[in-house]
Amino acid sequence: MSLDKNGIAKRIAKELRDGIYVNLGIGIPTLVANYIPEGMNVVLQSENGLLGIGPFPKEDEVDPDLINAGKQTITYQTGASLFSSADSFAMIRGGHIDLTILGAMEVSENGDIANWKIPGKMVKGMGGAMDLVASAKNIIVAMQQVDKYGKSKMLKECSLPLTGVGCVKKIVTELGVYEVLPEGGFRLLERAPGISVEEIVAATEGKLIVGEDVPEMVI
Amino acid sequence: MINKVVSGADEAVADIFDGAILMLGGFGLSGIPENCIAALVRKGVKNLTCISNNAGVDDFGIGLMLKQHQVKKMISSYVGENKEFERQLLSGELEVDLIPQGTLAERVRAGGAGIPAFFTPAGYGTEVAEGKEVREFEGKMYVLESWLRADFAIVKAWKGDTSGNLIFRGTARNFNPMMATAGKITIAEVEELVPVGTLDPNQIHTSGVFVKRIFQGKDYEKRIEQRTVSS
Repeated sequence: MSLDKNGIAKRIAKELRDGIYVNLGIGIPTLVANYIPEGMNVVLQSENGLLGIGPFPKEDEVDPDLINAGKQTITYQTGASLFSSADSFAMIRGGHIDLTILGAMEVSENGDIANWKIPGKMVKGMGGAMDLVASAKNIIVAMQQVDKYGKSKMLKECSLPLTGVGCVKKIVTELGVYEVLPEGGFRLLERAPGISVEEIVAATEGKLIVGEDVPEMVI
Repeated sequence: MINKVVSGADEAVADIFDGAILMLGGFGLSGIPENCIAALVRKGVKNLTCISNNAGVDDFGIGLMLKQHQVKKMISSYVGENKEFERQLLSGELEVDLIPQGTLAERVRAGGAGIPAFFTPAGYGTEVAEGKEVREFEGKMYVLESWLRADFAIVKAWKGDTSGNLIFRGTARNFNPMMATAGKITIAEVEELVPVGTLDPNQIHTSGVFVKRIFQGKDYEKRIEQRTVSS
């Protein structure tokens, strides 16, 4: 069975390591925060100027001066720190954030990502996505592998305006986990429970590399 | 110490002219200069270029100025929460320049710091880099971006003193400190204005040297866009 959004988030949470600093994008990536393994110390960065995002506040703790990049009210994690937007992006571009997890409309087999603009539709802006993808040491994309018209989002080349080039390292979709190879191509690492390699081949337009006995993911 | 206190928002924005380039602090609706925006709406000044990370919502923040057709151009990173903005953009009444958020922050910082341009990796290989110089440093490609400066920078702080020293609170800091440095005239509205000497110098985020006018704002609404709570 293909994974739902929480399933994708749960699988991505297995990529977290103790003591890392992580920036989570809006959508499925935000859900990853719910699945950080017990006892693991992960510090979440919010690009509007906070390192150490805590859970949503209780009703009586809501503070308009404390929001995340999705404009949601949040709390401080123990040990949190505050800074300006310039310092925030110094952290990001300076390579001090270990992992960025974000959504995508398309990813190409050489790791290009498109996630900010659809020609002909109202363009809302790229926010911090271009800075993040140009800078993070490790970028994992969380997305549905096929769009609502059944078209693959893992492509030979992106058709939409790009957010960044050659930057995506790993992709987790409802069907599988993929490594984007430096020489180009999506290497299938794991299948979602009950999903066949044939189904994955059918949902991938770009170059797919399938080894023998691709394991089912354990989540 | 130099006294920079003005009576309120109307006096603070009195000389903002038609066609001025403004910077307005805030991220979403957090840390926006509510009092000065209201005064600009009352004043009815037009053809403004507004440099601000976001453009408010339909009935709050910069959205109030958009509704009165006071804004000619927005320079922002994300403008998603505003129907009137969308309408004016699609009808060609409003120009918009969308900039990666970190590039926007750094261009403002550079403007205040006297750095006319810098190289950033953000946007390389995308339409953001079109027409701009790109250069390789140690095997990676970077895009040349220029500074941003404004006729007036309008910021909001939590506390300030009569000589213009500012302290921000929580994530309401965001773009405010850089913008405070990048205006020919910087106006600060604060929730609490205290006599000089009251604030601990160790705690000051923005030095008074950057601030020309300061006043204690009133009736802060501090609207929340996404009230998310846990049970």
